[in-house]
Amino acid sequence: MSQENQIYTVSIYTENNIGLLNRISAIFQRRHINIESIVSSVSEIKGVSRWTIVVKVTEEQIKKIIGQIEKQVEVIKAFYHTDDETIHQESCLFKIKSDLLFDERQIQNIIKDSNANIVTVNKKFFVLEKSGRRQELDELHQKLKPFGIMQFVRSGRIAVTKDEMKISEMLLAFKN
Amino acid sequence: MENTQTITKDEKQVVTSTRISGSEAVVRCLLAEGVETVYGYPGGAIMPIYDELYKYQDKLHHVLTRHEQGATHAAQGFARISGKVGVAMATSGPGATNLITGIADAQIDSTPMVCITGQVASHLLGSDAFQETDIIGISTPVTKWNHQITKASEIPEVIAKAFYIAKSGRPGPVLIDITKDAQFEEFDFEYKTCEAIRSYKPVPETQPEQVKAAADLINSAKKPMIVWGQGVILGEAEEELKAVIEKAGIPSAWTILGASAIPTSHPLNIGMVGMHGNYAPNKLTNECDVLIAIGMRFDDRVTGNLATYAKQAKVIHFEIDPAEVDKNVKTDIAVLGDAKTSLAALLPLLEAKSHDNWHNEFKKLYDVEFEKVIKNDLHPTKEGLTMGEVLKQINTETKGEAAIVSDVGQHQMIACRYADFKVSKSNITSGGLGTMGFALPAAIGAKMAAPNREVVAIIGDGGYQMTIQELGTIFQTRVPVKIVVLNNDFLGMVRQWQQLFFDRRYASTELVNPDFVQIAKGYHIDAKRVTKREELADAVKEMIASDSAYFLEVCVEKEDNVFPMIPTGASVSDVRLS
Ligand SMILES: Cc1ncc(C[n+]2csc(CCOP(=O)(O)OP(=O)(O)O)c2C)c(N)n1
Ligand SMILES: [Mg+2]
Repeated sequence: MSQENQIYTVSIYTENNIGLLNRISAIFQRRHINIESIVSSVSEIKGVSRWTIVVKVTEEQIKKIIGQIEKQVEVIKAFYHTDDETIHQESCLFKIKSDLLFDERQIQNIIKDSNANIVTVNKKFFVLEKSGRRQELDELHQKLKPFGIMQFVRSGRIAVTKDEMKISEMLLAFKN
Repeated sequence: MENTQTITKDEKQVVTSTRISGSEAVVRCLLAEGVETVYGYPGGAIMPIYDELYKYQDKLHHVLTRHEQGATHAAQGFARISGKVGVAMATSGPGATNLITGIADAQIDSTPMVCITGQVASHLLGSDAFQETDIIGISTPVTKWNHQITKASEIPEVIAKAFYIAKSGRPGPVLIDITKDAQFEEFDFEYKTCEAIRSYKPVPETQPEQVKAAADLINSAKKPMIVWGQGVILGEAEEELKAVIEKAGIPSAWTILGASAIPTSHPLNIGMVGMHGNYAPNKLTNECDVLIAIGMRFDDRVTGNLATYAKQAKVIHFEIDPAEVDKNVKTDIAVLGDAKTSLAALLPLLEAKSHDNWHNEFKKLYDVEFEKVIKNDLHPTKEGLTMGEVLKQINTETKGEAAIVSDVGQHQMIACRYADFKVSKSNITSGGLGTMGFALPAAIGAKMAAPNREVVAIIGDGGYQMTIQELGTIFQTRVPVKIVVLNNDFLGMVRQWQQLFFDRRYASTELVNPDFVQIAKGYHIDAKRVTKREELADAVKEMIASDSAYFLEVCVEKEDNVFPMIPTGASVSDVRLS
C-alpha cells in the first residue's frame, strides 16, 4: 500500500441529520488531518445526503478513516477514490470592475479562451463563473489577477465516480 | 396521568396511545425498555423528568449519586456486570459536562449506556442561557450516537433508537439531550422498540469461507496462541471460546477487559497480555506461529511497539467491528461477525490437538515469573504488606466468586493479575481510558445489578479521592459493597514510572492522606485499617462476612513496583521482570 500522501475524494451517503457534520469532521480532526474541501448535498436517492470530502493522506490512512466513517450510525456507505477514478469539478466566481471589461481587450480574450461564463453585468461590476478542474480555475485566476479582482470564491470539489456506487440496492435490501 | 392503558410488551411491542407529557414519556420509555435503575442528579433543566421519577418511584428506582461522573460510572458498573444498558441522567450545563468522563470511558470500553440530559428550552438554544452548554457538540466524539430532542413527540422513537444503538453490535454510550419545553409538552404517546436502522449494520455476517480459512490455518499451526478480549464477554461467547480452546488445545491469554471470560484456573488460561501482563504470553507472542485474536482491538498497551509485534506470526482476527480489522495489526484472515456465531462455526472445523511441547514453553516462563515476581508478591518475606497478598486473601475469602471492581494504577494491575475469577463479567475496570475514580461508583452499580454477588472494589489512595463522595450514595442506599483501599501514600503507578524513567524525581506523586477510616465512619460505614500482616486475614474475613457496606484500608509498602512491565515503546518480548 502506498505510503505517500495522495489526494482522495471521499464520498459518503448519509441520513440527513443535524450534527453529522460535526461527527464526520471530528474523525479527521482527531487524526490531525486537514480537510481540503467539503461539500454536502442531496444525492440521487430521495432523503439521502451525499458528502464529498477531499483530503490528502496515505492509502492506509484513508482506508482506516473510511472504516471509522462507516461505523457512524447514520452513515449508509462511504467510498474513497483517487483522481483517476472520478470525474470531478469545482466552480468559482470572480467579481470584477465593469470598466475593465470594456477598457481591457485582453480580458475579453481571456474570458473567451477560458470558457468562463458571464453571470451578470452592471455598471459597477460583472461576475464571471468558471467550472472545471482545479488547474483550469487556477490558471484563469492567475490570468485575471493582474487586472484586479474585487472578490473571488471557489467551491469545494464535487465528484461522480466512474464505477457504480450501489447505494439504492443497499437501501432496497434493508426494506426486505 | 389520566391514561388508563398500560404498557404491553407483545410481539410488536406496540403501546396504546395516550396523551402525556414528554417527561412522563421519558419514564415510560425507560420502563418499556426494561430499565429498573437509573443513576443521576437533578437540576433546573431536568426537573420535569425528576417530577415524573417521583411519581413512578415504585416502578423505576432512581439512585442519587454525589456527582454526575459517579452516575455514569455506576451505570457502567451496572452494565458491565449484567450485560444490560446502564442509564444515567443529569441536568444541563455543568450536570451534562460532568458526565463526559464516564461517557468517554464507556465509549472506549464499549459499554452500553444511555445518558439523558435536560437542556434549556428550545427558544433559548444558542442564547448562552443559564446552564446552557452544547452537550451534543461536546459529546459527539465520545458517543456512539447522540441526539437532541426539541419536541415531545420525538421522545419515544429517539429513546427506542438510543437503547437499540447502545446495546447492539459493538455496544457504546448514547446521549439524548431533551429541551425543557419538550419535557413539558403533551402528546399522544405510543412506544415501539427499535429493531433496525437502515444506515446501521450492527453485526456483520460471519463468512463461512473466512471461518474455514481460519480453521485450516489453526489446524496447521504448530505454536498457536489465542488472545481474547471483551468481545467474548459482550458477545456472551464464553462457552464457545472454552470449547474452541479445549478442542484445539491452544494456550490462551486475555486482555485486561477479557479477564474472567474463562476461569483463571483453567489449564489453558495462560494469563494476561500487555504492559503489566504475564511474562509467558507477552514473550511468546513473538514466537507463536498463528496468533488468534478474538474480540480484542490490539490496543497499544497490549501490543507494545507494533513494528516488533508478532511479526513472525500469521494473524487471525475475529471481530465484530470492521473498523478494527487491520487498524493496528495487519491480519492474514479476518473473520467478521459476533464472537458467539463465529466461534460456534469454527469449532466443528477444528482438529483436536494438545500442543504439549508448546505448552511447556509457557510453563517454563511461568516458573521464571513465579520465582522473580509472583512469589514475592503473594508470599512476601519482607516486612511491608504487598498488594498481591491482599488480593490472595480476598480470593481465599470469596472463593473466587466475587466481582472485582478495580480503579486505575498499580493496585489495578495487581488486582487483574492476581484475582481468581471463576465466573464471567467479574472484572470491572476502566481499561481503555484508565479513569481514576471509576471503581467506587462502578462498584455501586455492579452491586445493584447483581445483589446476590459479592462485589469488592479495589482502589488506590489516589483514585479513591477522585470520587470519594460516593460514600454518601453507599450510605444513603445501603448498598453492601466492599471497599478496599490499598494505601501506599503515593500515586503509585506514576511514582513507579518516575523511579524507572525519570531518575526518581517524584514530582507531585506523594500524597498526604486523610484518615480514611474516620471518613468512612463519618458516613456510618463500618471501617477498619490494617497495617500488619497478622491482621490481614481476619480483617478480610470480617469484611467479606459483613452483610453491609464495609471499608478496609490496607497500608501497603510505599515504593513497591508492578512487574512484569513492558516499557512504553518497547517490544512485547522485551518484557521486564525487574
Ligand atoms: C483521572 C486520571 N488522572 C490521572 C491519571 C494518571 N494516573 C494513572 S495511575 C495514577 C496513580 C494512581 O494512584 P493510586 O490511585 O494511589 O493508585 P496506585 O497506583 O498507587 O495503586 C495516575 C495519577 C489517570 N489515570 N486518571
Ligand atoms: Mg496509591
